[in-house]
Amino acid sequence: MDILDIARWQFGIITVYHFLFVPITIGLTALVATMETQWLRTRSPEWLRLTKFFGKLMLINFAIGVVTGIVQEFQFGMNWSDYSRFVGDVFGAPLAVEALLAFFLESTFLGLWIFGWDKLPRGLHAGCMWIVHLGTLASSWFILAANSWMQHPVGYDYNPDTGRAELTDFWAVMFNKVQLATFPHVVFAAYMTGAAFILGISAWLYVRDRTPDPDRVMYRKGIRFGAWVLLVAGLGVAITGDYQGKIMTEVQPMKMAAAEGLYETEAPASFSLFTIGTPDGQEEKFSIKIPRLLSFLATGTWDGEVEGINDLRAQYQEEFGQDPGARYYDPSELYSPNIPVTYWTFRYMIGCGFLAAFFGALILFLTRKGRAPTSKWFGRMAIATPILTVVASSFGWIFTEMGRQPWVVFGLMTTRNGVSPGVSTTEAWISIISLVLIYAVLMVIELGLIIRVVKKGADPFQEPPDPGRDTDDEDRPLAFAY
Amino acid sequence: MELTTVWFCLIAVLWIGYFTLEGFDFGVGMLLPWLARDDRERRIMINTIGPVWDGNEVWVLTAGGATFAAFPEWYATLFSGFYLPLLLILLALIVRGVAFEYRHQRPEASWHSWWDRAIIVGSYVPAFLWGVAFANIVRGVPIDADKEFTGSMFTLLNPFGLLGGLVTLLLFLTHGATFLALKTDGEIRFRARRVAVGSGLLAAAAAVAFLVWTQFLTGNAGSLVLFLVAALALVGAIAMAYAGREGWAFIGTFVCIGLAVAGLFVGLFPDVMPSSTSEAFSLTTTNASATDYTLKVMTIVAAIFTPIVLGYQAWTYWVFRKRIAEHHISDQELEAVA
Ligand code: HDD
Ligand code: HEM
Ligand code: HEM
Repeated sequence: MDILDIARWQFGIITVYHFLFVPITIGLTALVATMETQWLRTRSPEWLRLTKFFGKLMLINFAIGVVTGIVQEFQFGMNWSDYSRFVGDVFGAPLAVEALLAFFLESTFLGLWIFGWDKLPRGLHAGCMWIVHLGTLASSWFILAANSWMQHPVGYDYNPDTGRAELTDFWAVMFNKVQLATFPHVVFAAYMTGAAFILGISAWLYVRDRTPDPDRVMYRKGIRFGAWVLLVAGLGVAITGDYQGKIMTEVQPMKMAAAEGLYETEAPASFSLFTIGTPDGQEEKFSIKIPRLLSFLATGTWDGEVEGINDLRAQYQEEFGQDPGARYYDPSELYSPNIPVTYWTFRYMIGCGFLAAFFGALILFLTRKGRAPTSKWFGRMAIATPILTVVASSFGWIFTEMGRQPWVVFGLMTTRNGVSPGVSTTEAWISIISLVLIYAVLMVIELGLIIRVVKKGADPFQEPPDPGRDTDDEDRPLAFAY
Repeated sequence: MELTTVWFCLIAVLWIGYFTLEGFDFGVGMLLPWLARDDRERRIMINTIGPVWDGNEVWVLTAGGATFAAFPEWYATLFSGFYLPLLLILLALIVRGVAFEYRHQRPEASWHSWWDRAIIVGSYVPAFLWGVAFANIVRGVPIDADKEFTGSMFTLLNPFGLLGGLVTLLLFLTHGATFLALKTDGEIRFRARRVAVGSGLLAAAAAVAFLVWTQFLTGNAGSLVLFLVAALALVGAIAMAYAGREGWAFIGTFVCIGLAVAGLFVGLFPDVMPSSTSEAFSLTTTNASATDYTLKVMTIVAAIFTPIVLGYQAWTYWVFRKRIAEHHISDQELEAVA
């Protein structure tokens, strides 16, 4: 493998790993804040117990989100220095603003939330979690704006003297039309993930033999709450995803063609649910097709034309002969991504997401009007739900990013030209191996802790000290949410 | 003032923020094996930084992001050039960050001691390597006409770089000790004072050697003044720690670190990364910078949000202003630990 391959594998692994934890954090901070607010409103001890229980799980998850995020911030400079030189003027700003606006907010207010149970008045304490959630949304906004710019560069000029893309309109980058589709899609996906997490764990604890009956009442609340949020967010994901498909067809038609393995332009175009044999365009393969669906996904009409890979290749080879030119890409390139990967990841994303939403609906149905399911498979289905949503997000990203290949910045720079010229393969190997090893160990530890906390279940109710009252004892032991 | 100069200053401010804040929490981590006698005391030490260490770490993320945006060439050359030391720093920060959050998730003594090791190693490694990295930036490293670093890891391990690492390590250690003396109560507070004096003297010896050397390498009148005041602040901190005036001692180490970093940047200007290959290849505030438009946008954002960030970070320190003592750590939390 050369430095390019290693750097790509490293980026893919490290970023997908980061994004396993990110949606859980975005989703859970919102839902934990809601539960704490519910407790303040209703004073029902169950909401406080759920707040603390899922708050603790959220923190275990958050820790890894933070430390893997640190690597993200620096790996552009380490492995992708030519990319950084080329785009820094445009791409650096959202990254810097993200740190200033979002990371400070998240880390500071989370610290206040963890250690502030006995130091802050109750409303303010719940407010801290809301602010943390706001921070995660701001973080998503800026990082997705950066990523959307790579999908569809806007608001810049190519400067031949400096040989780089230079920012001309910050607002265009912030409100890129790709960004306006991606942000709601990702955030809804994150709410799905957080909700599935609460639903799944509550439902598993609900049917478990060891759970005492009074606790079942509480977990039931968790189930219903999680299921409803899951379904509503699922609807949001579907609507925004559909919209995203249209924008994508507009700005990167090749990605849509690759997502279907569509070689020849068709109108109307059908969507295949699955294919036996690889969709490489060479021979007839067996597949189940839904007529006209691809036309609808891509264009919004049932008989719209969808361009095929072969036409697009010819078109791109002609178009990308010029500015900024050979320094950043090679006009003889085929300009199509890896078709089997794009084909399958697109389907797995949608499939896993739908399955999760279906499980949510089923669990809601099975627990309707006081019904109490007891079977083992109910618990298993419950645990599968959050896993499915996380997997769907990963496939979504692999699709988005690999579907953009061979470009790192669409139409401006190919991935091959972005890699650091000064880094040796030895250095790159040391880096990928050490990071993967440490990430693997962290995964084992994190899963171990989560399983342990889940098995133990929510702690009994304990009225937290209220620093708003005069009766408060200043010398009591510190209270933590850990 | 040119916008590039403004951003050079702002990046200096971000690094000053990082080293003065994360400096003491590195110090607390490094002191863990030396200051605490039992698990309760280790818990006290960790709790002094528990609510703030992550916020402190964000200073380096902001410094990284701001460098990327304001001086893309500097970001690209620095992080691809200092590849392995940076990787080591990242690995250390990973295990350290996780350790703070996971240490108390299980009661077993062996679990605690593994995470304690992670905190200790995770604090020593970056405390040392950041010093090595900065000393090398100041001294100049081989950079070619394409702005690429052409040395290796061993280029960085020269005597000046190593001395720089030793200085940051000892300064952070002292800074951590003055912080603990200020934030704890009971026996550990007095031990922290004594350590502050001892490590402060060592730090002073190393720092003076390093700053004099730096002054000869890149210094000018401005850096000379800053280095002199930094040295005075350190001497003051040691005296105050000895006299039991913990607040002043902490301010002393804080000021010392801040001014020493400021002095390095003043000596560096207008270069951001001098080339030892040829002066013509040095990265400067002008040839490494982003466009004026980008800098303008970022200036507006920074002008609005930096005061807000400083405000709520200060508020956090206010909320957690009380000293932590043994009776604050409940038995229930420790009971399972034999
Ligand atoms: C859609 C949202 C999203 C996306 C696409 C990314 N992240 Fe992220 N990131 C988050 C959303 C997020 C978050 C939810 O806001 C996290 C999780 C835990 C946390 O502290 O914030 C986070 C953490 C996090 C941190 C640690 C913050 C801290 O210490 O508090 C850094 C430095 C980054 N991220 C940087 C990146 C970079 C450079 C990415 C691009 C390759 C990236 N993230 C993708
Ligand atoms: C967090 C969600 C993200 C995931 C899961 C993700 C995933 C991936 C994957 C799998 C690759 C490898 C593609 C390949 O090798 O063919 C990749 C490439 C890349 N992505 Fe992303 N990405 C994410 C977000 C981002 C963001 C937000 C940015 C920029 C801010 C970004 C920048 C890049 C770059 C620079 C590459 C170059 C490496 C390459 O194309 O091989 N990614 N990403
Ligand atoms: C009806 C169902 C869905 C449709 C039509 C859909 C559509 C899309 C499309 C077209 C993209 C690529 C955008 C681009 O390349 O710029 C995408 C990306 C993505 N999808 Fe979906 N999606 C669906 C369901 C889901 C589900 C259920 C999840 C997760 C729970 C999910 C998570 C993601 C993520 C994380 C990305 C990558 C980030 C992005 O660019 O938005 N999607 N989706």
